[in-house]
Amino acid sequence: MSTMTAAATQVYSVFVRATPEQLWAAITKPEFTRKYFYGSVFDSTYEAGAKYCGFSAENGEQYIDGEIVEATAPTKLVTTWRATWTEALAAEPPSRVTWEIEPAGEGVSKLTVVHDRLEDSPATAESVGGGWSYVLSGMKSVVETGKALED
Amino acid sequence: MDDDPVFKALADPTRRHLLDRLFERDGRTLTELESELEMTRFGVMKHLRVLEAAGLVVTRRQGREKLHYLNPVPIRLIHDRWITKYAEHRVAVLADLKSELEETA
Repeated sequence: MSTMTAAATQVYSVFVRATPEQLWAAITKPEFTRKYFYGSVFDSTYEAGAKYCGFSAENGEQYIDGEIVEATAPTKLVTTWRATWTEALAAEPPSRVTWEIEPAGEGVSKLTVVHDRLEDSPATAESVGGGWSYVLSGMKSVVETGKALED
Repeated sequence: MDDDPVFKALADPTRRHLLDRLFERDGRTLTELESELEMTRFGVMKHLRVLEAAGLVVTRRQGREKLHYLNPVPIRLIHDRWITKYAEHRVAVLADLKSELEETA
């Protein structure tokens, strides 16, 4: 048995020079997400119970299938989260992603992403591991400089 | 918000060891982490505080327990800010060398 098992609760956090409102827009608006979230756009009305689906902006392929659990702009977004970029991942039960935004001093906000309820979705837990760091680093770059990391 | 606390936190072998322990199994209590180090509880707490101040460790309460999580984002930021920049330069130099050699061949 491998000693390395991806955790069932994963926590990612970053400080960004932005207001909570700017971060909320960066999470929810396609013109931002496509620049840092592996080219994805999210289709949702951001109301509790609404669908929350992530697609490739390029070819429309669905990457993420989920539902809004709670949306309290600009401080908290909770969604269910099922990765669909491979069949094996899509077969696993939905997990949960919580975005928390809090002011952290002059012009700075702290963004924390908690990806949990991954106990029964080990392949998803493994697959998203490095991804969230990439996504949050990219988001910071887009929000602070307007530029995606690849630019 | 700058890189200094991250570089300083990473400059200590015990703190890197703590990060490796959390990388293996995330979301641990102080007591669990302490049991894996030859160090007093106070010493481990001190190191965890430095890691937390640098954003490399994030704590969350679960019931009565305080769990410590590895936050890899600051390392990713250093990668994107420092490693990629210089590694890409190196790659570009090699690519230039290759085309130059091929042209003169």
